[in-house]
Amino acid sequence: MSTLAQHIQREFPEGFVKAVEWRGDLTVTVRRESLHDVAGFLHDDPEMDFDYIVHVSSVDWPDDVERFEVVYEFYSIRKRHRIRLKTRVPESDCEVTSLTDIWKGADFMEREVYDMMGIRFRNHPDLRRILMPDDYDEGYPLRKDFPLRGKGWRDTFEFLDEKVL
Amino acid sequence: MGLIQIGRHDKDGELDIITTSLEKVVNWARKGSLWPMTFGLACCAIEMIAAVSSRYDMDRYGAGVFRASPRQSDLMIVAGTVCRRMAPVIRKIYDQMPEPKYVIAMGSCATSGNIYDSYSVVQGVDRFVPVDIYVPGCPPTPEALFDGILKLQERIMQKRVFVKQPEQVRV
Repeated sequence: MSTLAQHIQREFPEGFVKAVEWRGDLTVTVRRESLHDVAGFLHDDPEMDFDYIVHVSSVDWPDDVERFEVVYEFYSIRKRHRIRLKTRVPESDCEVTSLTDIWKGADFMEREVYDMMGIRFRNHPDLRRILMPDDYDEGYPLRKDFPLRGKGWRDTFEFLDEKVL
Repeated sequence: MGLIQIGRHDKDGELDIITTSLEKVVNWARKGSLWPMTFGLACCAIEMIAAVSSRYDMDRYGAGVFRASPRQSDLMIVAGTVCRRMAPVIRKIYDQMPEPKYVIAMGSCATSGNIYDSYSVVQGVDRFVPVDIYVPGCPPTPEALFDGILKLQERIMQKRVFVKQPEQVRV
Protein backbone atom coordinates (compact mmCIF):
# COMPACT_ATOMS: atom_id res chain seq x y z
CA MET A 1 0.00 0.00 0.00
CA SER A 2 1.32 3.40 -0.86
CA THR A 3 2.52 5.77 1.82
CA LEU A 4 -0.32 8.15 1.10
CA ALA A 5 -2.89 5.43 1.77
CA GLN A 6 -1.06 4.31 4.90
CA HIS A 7 -1.04 7.87 6.09
CA ILE A 8 -4.78 8.17 5.62
CA GLN A 9 -5.40 4.83 7.34
CA ARG A 10 -3.30 5.93 10.31
CA GLU A 11 -5.19 9.19 10.65
CA PHE A 12 -8.65 7.74 10.10
CA PRO A 13 -8.73 4.11 11.30
CA GLU A 14 -12.52 4.27 11.69
CA GLY A 15 -13.40 5.85 8.36
CA PHE A 16 -10.90 4.00 6.19
CA VAL A 17 -12.45 1.15 4.17
CA LYS A 18 -9.86 0.11 1.61
CA ALA A 19 -7.15 1.34 -0.71
CA VAL A 20 -6.54 0.04 -4.21
CA GLU A 21 -3.60 0.90 -6.39
CA TRP A 22 -3.78 -0.02 -10.03
CA ARG A 23 -1.20 1.06 -12.59
CA GLY A 24 -0.11 3.93 -10.43
CA ASP A 25 -3.60 5.21 -9.68
CA LEU A 26 -4.36 5.28 -5.98
CA THR A 27 -7.98 4.91 -4.95
CA VAL A 28 -9.04 5.23 -1.33
CA THR A 29 -12.54 4.32 -0.21
CA VAL A 30 -13.83 5.87 3.00
CA ARG A 31 -17.06 5.82 4.96
CA ARG A 32 -19.23 8.74 4.14
CA GLU A 33 -19.37 9.92 7.77
CA SER A 34 -15.65 10.67 7.65
CA LEU A 35 -15.54 11.86 4.02
CA HIS A 36 -15.43 15.52 4.93
CA ASP A 37 -12.72 15.01 7.56
CA VAL A 38 -10.57 12.96 5.20
CA ALA A 39 -10.99 15.57 2.48
CA GLY A 40 -10.01 18.32 4.90
CA PHE A 41 -6.97 16.31 5.88
CA LEU A 42 -6.00 15.78 2.24
CA HIS A 43 -6.26 19.50 1.65
CA ASP A 44 -4.52 20.80 4.77
CA ASP A 45 -1.84 18.25 5.64
CA PRO A 46 1.54 19.39 4.26
CA GLU A 47 2.39 15.81 3.23
CA MET A 48 -0.84 15.57 1.24
CA ASP A 49 -1.30 19.14 -0.01
CA PHE A 50 -4.10 18.34 -2.46
CA ASP A 51 -4.95 21.87 -3.49
CA TYR A 52 -6.85 21.12 -6.70
CA ILE A 53 -10.13 19.25 -7.08
CA VAL A 54 -10.09 17.70 -10.53
CA HIS A 55 -13.51 16.13 -10.76
CA VAL A 56 -16.53 14.90 -8.89
CA SER A 57 -18.53 12.07 -10.41
CA SER A 58 -20.82 9.29 -9.35
CA VAL A 59 -21.52 5.65 -10.17
CA ASP A 60 -24.76 3.72 -9.92
CA TRP A 61 -24.46 0.09 -8.80
CA PRO A 62 -28.13 -0.96 -8.92
CA ASP A 63 -27.61 -4.37 -7.30
CA ASP A 64 -25.64 -3.16 -4.29
CA VAL A 65 -27.10 -2.25 -0.92
CA GLU A 66 -25.19 1.00 -0.87
CA ARG A 67 -26.26 1.80 -4.36
CA PHE A 68 -24.42 4.98 -5.25
CA GLU A 69 -20.75 5.77 -5.24
CA VAL A 70 -19.43 9.31 -5.21
CA VAL A 71 -15.96 9.67 -6.69
CA TYR A 72 -13.64 12.60 -6.07
CA GLU A 73 -10.35 13.15 -7.83
CA PHE A 74 -7.73 15.40 -6.30
CA TYR A 75 -4.39 16.63 -7.53
CA SER A 76 -1.56 18.40 -5.81
CA ILE A 77 -0.04 21.02 -8.05
CA ARG A 78 3.02 21.48 -5.81
CA LYS A 79 3.63 17.81 -4.98
CA ARG A 80 2.40 16.49 -8.35
CA HIS A 81 0.51 13.51 -7.04
CA ARG A 82 -3.05 12.38 -7.44
CA ILE A 83 -5.61 10.50 -5.41
CA ARG A 84 -9.10 9.22 -6.02
CA LEU A 85 -11.46 9.26 -3.08
CA LYS A 86 -14.62 7.16 -3.11
CA THR A 87 -17.55 6.83 -0.78
CA ARG A 88 -20.78 4.85 -0.92
CA VAL A 89 -24.31 5.97 -0.11
CA PRO A 90 -27.57 3.97 0.01
CA GLU A 91 -30.56 4.97 -2.11
CA SER A 92 -32.79 5.58 0.91
CA ASP A 93 -30.51 8.28 2.23
CA CYS A 94 -28.33 9.45 -0.64
CA GLU A 95 -26.70 12.45 0.92
CA VAL A 96 -23.06 13.30 1.49
CA THR A 97 -21.43 16.37 2.96
CA SER A 98 -20.45 18.97 0.44
CA LEU A 99 -16.76 19.75 0.00
CA THR A 100 -17.39 23.27 -1.25
CA ASP A 101 -16.06 24.73 2.01
CA ILE A 102 -12.71 23.04 1.32
CA TRP A 103 -12.47 23.42 -2.46
CA LYS A 104 -14.69 26.08 -3.98
CA GLY A 105 -14.35 24.36 -7.33
CA ALA A 106 -16.50 21.49 -6.09
CA ASP A 107 -19.58 23.69 -6.43
CA PHE A 108 -20.60 23.08 -10.06
CA MET A 109 -19.34 19.49 -10.10
CA GLU A 110 -21.44 18.55 -7.09
CA ARG A 111 -24.39 20.24 -8.73
CA GLU A 112 -23.84 18.07 -11.78
CA VAL A 113 -23.79 14.93 -9.64
CA TYR A 114 -26.99 16.07 -7.99
CA ASP A 115 -28.57 16.82 -11.37
CA MET A 116 -27.63 13.57 -13.04
CA MET A 117 -27.70 11.07 -10.16
CA GLY A 118 -29.82 12.69 -7.49
CA ILE A 119 -27.26 12.58 -4.71
CA ARG A 120 -27.73 15.53 -2.38
CA PHE A 121 -24.87 17.46 -0.84
CA ARG A 122 -25.31 18.75 2.68
CA ASN A 123 -24.21 22.36 3.24
CA HIS A 124 -23.92 23.03 -0.47
CA PRO A 125 -24.45 26.79 -1.03
CA ASP A 126 -26.64 26.48 -4.13
CA LEU A 127 -27.82 22.94 -4.84
CA ARG A 128 -29.83 23.32 -8.04
CA ARG A 129 -29.86 21.42 -11.30
CA ILE A 130 -27.14 22.60 -13.62
CA LEU A 131 -27.50 20.78 -16.98
CA MET A 132 -31.21 20.04 -17.02
CA PRO A 133 -33.79 22.83 -16.60
CA ASP A 134 -34.81 23.78 -13.08
CA ASP A 135 -38.34 22.47 -13.59
CA TYR A 136 -37.27 19.12 -15.06
CA ASP A 137 -39.29 16.50 -13.25
CA GLU A 138 -38.49 13.16 -14.88
CA GLY A 139 -35.90 12.20 -12.29
CA TYR A 140 -32.18 11.72 -12.57
CA PRO A 141 -31.08 10.71 -16.08
CA LEU A 142 -27.84 8.88 -15.32
CA ARG A 143 -29.41 6.40 -12.92
CA LYS A 144 -29.45 2.90 -14.34
CA ASP A 145 -33.22 2.58 -13.98
CA PHE A 146 -33.82 5.74 -16.02
CA PRO A 147 -35.03 4.90 -19.55
CA LEU A 148 -32.48 5.76 -22.22
CA ARG A 149 -34.94 7.84 -24.25
CA GLY A 150 -36.30 9.65 -21.22
CA LYS A 151 -39.94 9.84 -20.30
CA GLY A 152 -41.27 12.03 -23.08
CA TRP A 153 -39.70 15.39 -22.27
CA ARG A 154 -37.56 15.50 -25.41
CA ASP A 155 -40.68 15.19 -27.58
CA THR A 156 -42.87 17.78 -25.84
CA PHE A 157 -42.59 21.31 -27.13
CA GLU A 158 -44.91 23.29 -24.92
CA PHE A 159 -43.45 26.57 -26.21
CA LEU A 160 -45.12 25.94 -29.57
CA ASP A 161 -48.48 26.63 -27.95
CA GLU A 162 -47.42 29.98 -26.55
CA LYS A 163 -48.59 33.04 -28.37
CA VAL A 164 -45.90 34.54 -30.56
CA LEU A 165 -45.34 38.19 -29.81
CA MET B 1 -34.42 32.40 -65.69
CA GLY B 2 -36.64 33.22 -68.59
CA LEU B 3 -35.31 36.66 -69.38
CA ILE B 4 -36.05 37.65 -72.96
CA GLN B 5 -34.25 40.47 -74.62
CA ILE B 6 -36.34 42.54 -76.97
CA GLY B 7 -35.92 45.93 -78.53
CA ARG B 8 -32.81 46.37 -80.57
CA HIS B 9 -32.34 43.57 -82.97
CA ASP B 10 -28.87 44.53 -83.97
CA LYS B 11 -26.78 43.15 -81.18
CA ASP B 12 -24.33 45.75 -79.96
CA GLY B 13 -23.78 44.20 -76.57
CA GLU B 14 -26.00 46.58 -74.67
CA LEU B 15 -29.03 45.30 -72.88
CA ASP B 16 -31.98 47.62 -73.22
CA ILE B 17 -35.23 45.95 -72.31
CA ILE B 18 -35.83 42.79 -70.41
CA THR B 19 -39.22 41.19 -70.17
CA THR B 20 -39.97 38.76 -67.44
CA SER B 21 -42.51 38.34 -64.73
CA LEU B 22 -42.20 40.46 -61.63
CA GLU B 23 -42.43 37.29 -59.58
CA LYS B 24 -39.31 35.95 -61.19
CA VAL B 25 -37.41 39.14 -60.54
CA VAL B 26 -38.41 39.15 -56.90
CA ASN B 27 -37.46 35.51 -56.48
CA TRP B 28 -34.22 36.06 -58.34
CA ALA B 29 -33.34 38.91 -56.01
CA ARG B 30 -34.22 36.85 -52.98
CA LYS B 31 -32.26 33.79 -53.94
CA GLY B 32 -29.18 35.79 -54.82
CA SER B 33 -29.01 37.53 -51.49
CA LEU B 34 -29.53 35.01 -48.74
CA TRP B 35 -28.34 36.29 -45.41
CA PRO B 36 -27.71 33.29 -43.20
CA MET B 37 -27.68 33.42 -39.46
CA THR B 38 -24.91 31.79 -37.50
CA PHE B 39 -26.44 28.92 -35.65
CA GLY B 40 -23.58 26.55 -35.02
CA LEU B 41 -24.38 24.06 -32.27
CA ALA B 42 -21.70 21.41 -32.71
CA CYS B 43 -19.08 20.07 -35.11
CA CYS B 44 -21.22 20.93 -38.17
CA ALA B 45 -20.52 24.57 -37.36
CA ILE B 46 -16.86 24.02 -38.22
CA GLU B 47 -17.83 22.85 -41.70
CA MET B 48 -20.21 25.77 -42.02
CA ILE B 49 -17.40 28.16 -41.09
CA ALA B 50 -15.14 26.44 -43.62
CA ALA B 51 -17.82 26.91 -46.25
CA VAL B 52 -17.82 30.66 -45.67
CA SER B 53 -14.07 31.18 -45.56
CA SER B 54 -11.74 31.70 -48.47
CA ARG B 55 -11.19 28.16 -49.74
CA TYR B 56 -14.86 27.47 -50.46
CA ASP B 57 -16.23 31.03 -50.45
CA MET B 58 -19.97 30.78 -49.95
CA ASP B 59 -20.22 34.41 -51.02
CA ARG B 60 -20.23 33.15 -54.62
CA TYR B 61 -23.85 32.18 -54.13
CA GLY B 62 -24.73 35.42 -52.44
CA ALA B 63 -25.06 33.68 -49.11
CA GLY B 64 -21.93 34.81 -47.34
CA VAL B 65 -23.15 37.62 -45.15
CA PHE B 66 -23.52 35.79 -41.87
CA ARG B 67 -25.43 37.76 -39.27
CA ALA B 68 -25.48 37.30 -35.55
CA SER B 69 -28.97 38.74 -35.32
CA PRO B 70 -32.15 37.00 -36.48
CA ARG B 71 -33.66 40.38 -37.39
CA GLN B 72 -31.17 40.83 -40.19
CA SER B 73 -31.16 37.33 -41.62
CA ASP B 74 -33.50 35.21 -43.67
CA LEU B 75 -31.82 31.81 -43.65
CA MET B 76 -31.26 29.79 -40.50
CA ILE B 77 -28.69 27.03 -40.91
CA VAL B 78 -29.16 24.79 -37.89
CA ALA B 79 -25.76 23.14 -37.75
CA GLY B 80 -25.38 20.53 -35.05
CA THR B 81 -27.01 18.48 -32.33
CA VAL B 82 -30.14 20.14 -30.98
CA CYS B 83 -30.63 19.55 -27.29
CA ARG B 84 -34.14 19.83 -25.92
CA ARG B 85 -33.07 22.68 -23.70
CA MET B 86 -31.97 24.63 -26.79
CA ALA B 87 -35.28 24.08 -28.59
CA PRO B 88 -37.23 27.08 -27.21
CA VAL B 89 -34.29 29.33 -28.08
CA ILE B 90 -34.22 28.11 -31.67
CA ARG B 91 -37.97 28.57 -31.98
CA LYS B 92 -37.81 32.09 -30.56
CA ILE B 93 -35.02 33.06 -32.93
CA TYR B 94 -36.92 31.56 -35.83
CA ASP B 95 -39.97 33.60 -34.87
CA GLN B 96 -37.86 36.75 -34.77
CA MET B 97 -36.64 36.37 -38.34
CA PRO B 98 -38.47 38.52 -40.90
CA GLU B 99 -40.40 36.87 -43.73
CA PRO B 100 -39.53 35.33 -46.10
CA LYS B 101 -37.41 32.94 -44.08
CA TYR B 102 -35.86 29.60 -44.78
CA VAL B 103 -34.36 26.86 -42.63
CA ILE B 104 -31.63 24.41 -43.56
CA ALA B 105 -31.13 21.46 -41.23
CA MET B 106 -27.44 20.81 -41.63
CA GLY B 107 -26.15 17.38 -40.68
CA SER B 108 -27.69 14.18 -39.39
CA CYS B 109 -28.22 15.52 -35.87
CA ALA B 110 -30.30 18.51 -36.89
CA THR B 111 -32.15 16.28 -39.36
CA SER B 112 -32.98 13.30 -37.18
CA GLY B 113 -30.97 13.33 -33.98
CA ASN B 114 -28.41 10.96 -35.49
CA ILE B 115 -27.06 8.39 -33.01
CA TYR B 116 -28.10 10.54 -30.06
CA ASP B 117 -31.30 8.69 -29.29
CA SER B 118 -31.23 9.92 -25.71
CA TYR B 119 -33.39 11.74 -23.20
CA SER B 120 -31.98 15.18 -23.95
CA VAL B 121 -31.58 15.32 -27.74
CA VAL B 122 -34.40 16.44 -30.03
CA GLN B 123 -34.91 13.94 -32.84
CA GLY B 124 -34.73 16.52 -35.61
CA VAL B 125 -35.37 20.27 -35.69
CA ASP B 126 -38.38 19.73 -37.93
CA ARG B 127 -40.28 18.85 -34.77
CA PHE B 128 -40.57 22.51 -33.88
CA VAL B 129 -39.53 24.62 -36.88
CA PRO B 130 -40.44 24.05 -40.55
CA VAL B 131 -37.37 22.90 -42.47
CA ASP B 132 -36.86 23.63 -46.17
CA ILE B 133 -33.72 21.67 -46.94
CA TYR B 134 -32.08 18.74 -45.17
CA VAL B 135 -28.36 18.34 -45.72
CA PRO B 136 -27.20 14.83 -44.75
CA GLY B 137 -23.74 14.05 -43.47
CA CYS B 138 -21.85 13.72 -40.24
CA PRO B 139 -20.71 16.40 -40.62
CA PRO B 140 -21.58 17.41 -44.21
CA THR B 141 -18.71 18.77 -46.25
CA PRO B 142 -18.87 22.40 -47.40
CA GLU B 143 -19.76 21.05 -50.86
CA ALA B 144 -22.78 19.31 -49.37
CA LEU B 145 -23.86 22.52 -47.69
CA PHE B 146 -23.49 24.34 -51.04
CA ASP B 147 -25.67 21.68 -52.63
CA GLY B 148 -28.28 22.42 -50.00
CA ILE B 149 -28.06 26.15 -50.66
CA LEU B 150 -28.34 25.66 -54.43
CA LYS B 151 -31.35 23.40 -53.88
CA LEU B 152 -32.85 26.08 -51.66
CA GLN B 153 -32.28 28.66 -54.38
CA GLU B 154 -34.10 26.41 -56.83
CA ARG B 155 -36.96 26.21 -54.38
CA ILE B 156 -37.04 29.96 -53.91
CA MET B 157 -37.36 30.41 -57.68
CA GLN B 158 -40.48 28.25 -57.62
CA LYS B 159 -42.23 30.22 -54.91
CA ARG B 160 -45.31 32.27 -55.69
CA VAL B 161 -44.84 35.80 -54.46
CA PHE B 162 -48.03 37.64 -55.37
CA VAL B 163 -50.43 34.76 -55.04
CA LYS B 164 -51.76 33.87 -51.63
CA GLN B 165 -50.00 30.78 -50.43
CA PRO B 166 -51.50 28.21 -48.15
CA GLU B 167 -50.95 28.88 -44.47
CA GLN B 168 -47.68 27.52 -43.25
CA VAL B 169 -48.13 24.05 -41.90
CA ARG B 170 -47.95 24.08 -38.16
CA VAL B 171 -45.59 21.52 -36.72
